[in-house]
Amino acid sequence: MLRELEIEAKDANLDTVLDLVNGQLEALDCPSGIMIKMAVAVEELFVNIAHYAYGDKVGMAKIITETQDDPRGISITFIDSGIPYNPLLKEDPDVTLSAEERQIGGLGIYMVKKTVDKIDYSYEDGKNILHIFKAF
Amino acid sequence: MTINTKQEGTQLTISLEGRLDTVTAPELEEVIKEKLHGMTELIMDLKDIAYVSSAGLRVLLSAQKVMNRQGSMVIRNANEDVMEIFDVTGFVDILNIES
Repeated sequence: MLRELEIEAKDANLDTVLDLVNGQLEALDCPSGIMIKMAVAVEELFVNIAHYAYGDKVGMAKIITETQDDPRGISITFIDSGIPYNPLLKEDPDVTLSAEERQIGGLGIYMVKKTVDKIDYSYEDGKNILHIFKAF
Repeated sequence: MTINTKQEGTQLTISLEGRLDTVTAPELEEVIKEKLHGMTELIMDLKDIAYVSSAGLRVLLSAQKVMNRQGSMVIRNANEDVMEIFDVTGFVDILNIES
């Protein structure tokens, strides 16, 4: 099942994006633990676009979800036309540091990487294209 | 998200319901800023929290840093999914989590 959503990239629209992904996962009887992890991953990626892709302006994000049922899995693509940015080049945070030494940056994308089975980034025709896949 | 607070002397309990995410984390940050002054014990009850995103972790970390200076903080009733998030991000070693 293929679904596309084009929406203003802002925090207030997070629920609409999550509804789309949750609906797709529910239709496939996705285990709730995986639904929760995917919700965290989708939030991190959408919010990254909302906060950073267009500087202070609000721009558009396109989210394409595609599910498969044998084996079950979901593929989600996030597309924006903002500042070129490959989040996969960000160094993983040191998760062994103490509270005082801890820098919080980079934790979101790290959580995404730990959740999904596949993640890739490309920049094509002025667009950031980030794709994730999770089997379940 | 619903935020309930209970203050007994210098002990503050914050009970959360819902999702601790990008949209709701600033609300918690506001409550913490307002109520933490003079507290020596902070209890964060996550019993009804379904998940915590990095924005939520950021707020928990800053509360922990404040409490390291003025007392102690404990996390209670985190569910399995939330515990997994704490685990992956190394927060299990930073936060004082009661099981």
